[in-house]
Amino acid sequence: MKRIRLIVATLGLAAAYLWSSGAALAASINVAVAANFTGAAKEIAAAFKAKTGDDAVLSFGASGQFYTQIKQDAPFDILLSADDARPKKLVEDGLGVAESRFTYAVGKLVLWSKTNDLVKGEETLKSASFAKLAIANPIAAPYGAAAIETLKALKLYDALQSKIVQGESISQAFQFVDTGNAELGFVALSQLAKITSGSRWLVPQTLYSPILQDAVLLKKGANNEAATAFMTFLKGPEARTIIEKYGYSVDSKS
Amino acid sequence: MEGLSGDIWQPISLTIELAAFTTVLLLILGTPIAWWLARSKVWWKEGVATFVALPLVLPPTVLGFYLLVALGPMGPGGLVAPLWGARTLAFTFPGLVIGSVLYSTPFVVQPIRNAFEAMGDRPLEVAATLRASPSRAFWTVALPLAMPGFLTGAVLGFAHTVGEFGVVLMIGGSIPGKTKVLSVAIFDYVETSQWGQANILAAGMMVFAFAVILAMTLVERRFAREAS
Repeated sequence: MKRIRLIVATLGLAAAYLWSSGAALAASINVAVAANFTGAAKEIAAAFKAKTGDDAVLSFGASGQFYTQIKQDAPFDILLSADDARPKKLVEDGLGVAESRFTYAVGKLVLWSKTNDLVKGEETLKSASFAKLAIANPIAAPYGAAAIETLKALKLYDALQSKIVQGESISQAFQFVDTGNAELGFVALSQLAKITSGSRWLVPQTLYSPILQDAVLLKKGANNEAATAFMTFLKGPEARTIIEKYGYSVDSKS
Repeated sequence: MEGLSGDIWQPISLTIELAAFTTVLLLILGTPIAWWLARSKVWWKEGVATFVALPLVLPPTVLGFYLLVALGPMGPGGLVAPLWGARTLAFTFPGLVIGSVLYSTPFVVQPIRNAFEAMGDRPLEVAATLRASPSRAFWTVALPLAMPGFLTGAVLGFAHTVGEFGVVLMIGGSIPGKTKVLSVAIFDYVETSQWGQANILAAGMMVFAFAVILAMTLVERRFAREAS
C-alpha cells in the first residue's frame, strides 16, 4: 500500500513538473556573458523578462573560454563577449550571424585595491611596493590583455612580471583582490559599480586599446525569436541606461 | 619547438614536486592519525574519521573557497606569511602543499588505517609478551605488517595530488613555475584554444593514470599472494 502511494506521488510530481514546464509558454534562451558584464547582464535579463516574459539564462566566464566552447557546439544563442575579435572570428567561422554583431559596451580598466590610499596612480605601479598584482588571464580575457598592454605602455611589465597572479577570468582577478590575497589588481570598472571603499585608479584610455565589447547572435539562436528580441533589447534605451550605470560607455555609432 | 617543450616541462616538474612533498608530509602526519583511528576505543573517533574523509565528498570548490580566505590576510595565513615578508600563503608553493595535504588526506589515512586494523591485536600482544616496548613493537612489528597499506596510501596520495584541479585553480593564481601545475596548464591551453599542447599533456596524464592504477593492482595482488 505504501509503495503504491509512493508511486502515485512520484507520478503526480512528474506530471506537475511537465505541466508547469509546458505551461510556461515563454521561451528561454542561453546567453554566454563575459565575466566583467555579470552585474549589468543580470539586470538586463531581469528587465528583459519583465518586458517580454522570456527567460535569458546567463552563463558567466572568460570570453576565450566561451569561444572555445561555442566552436565545440555549446548550446548558446548569444555571446556577449568582452572583445570584438572573438565575435568577429565566430562570424568568420560560420557560427555567428554577421549582421547581428554590434558593440554593446566599451569597457574601462581600473587598478583597484581594498586598502584605502594604496592606489594613487601609475606611481603606485612604479613604486612596486606590493607583493601581488592580480590580472585576468591575458590570453582568455580581454581585460587581462588590456592590463598587460597598460604595463607595457608604462614600461613596467618586465619589472612587475614576477608579481603578477592570474585569475581565469576577470571575476577571479577581482576575487583575489577582494579577499586581500593580492593587494591590488586590474579589474573592470563595472565590477566596482557597487563598491565605494578601497582605492582605485581609472587607467587612462591612452595606455590600452579600447575594450570594445561586441555581442553576436549565434547560429543556434538565429531562428529563435526570443534571441533576436534580446539583441534588440540590448540596443534599446532601457539596456543602455543599465550599461552606463555600470560604468561602461556606449558606442554611439552602433 | 625548444621554447614549447620548456613550457611543457615546467608544469610537469612542478606537479611532481608538489605531489612528492604532499605525499611525504601526508605519510608523516597521516600515520599517527591512522594508528589512533585503528587502535583507539573512544566513542568519538568515528567523528574524527568522518572529518578526515570529508574531501572525498566535498567539491574541491568548498576547500578552495575556505582556503582562499584562510590563507589570505583575513585568515591564519595572514598571520604566518609576514614572518618572511609575504602577505598571503595563496599563490605560493607552500600554499598549494597545504591545500593538497588537506585534499588528499583520506586517500592516505584510510589505507593505512585499514592495514593497522587488519593486523589485529595479536601481533602486538605477542610482541608485548616478548617484552617489546610499545614503541619498539610499533616500529618492528606494526609498521612492516602494514607496509601494503603504506604503499597503497603513498601511491594514491601522490596520484590524487597530481590529479587535483579545483583547489589549485582557486588558490594558485596560475604562476608559471610556482603554482601552474599540470591540470591548470591543460585548462589554460584548452581555454585559449592551444589544443596541440593540451593534447600532449592530457595524453601524458592518461598514460600516467593507467600506469598508476595497473601498478597498484599488480602490487596488491603480489602482497595478497605473499600473505597467503
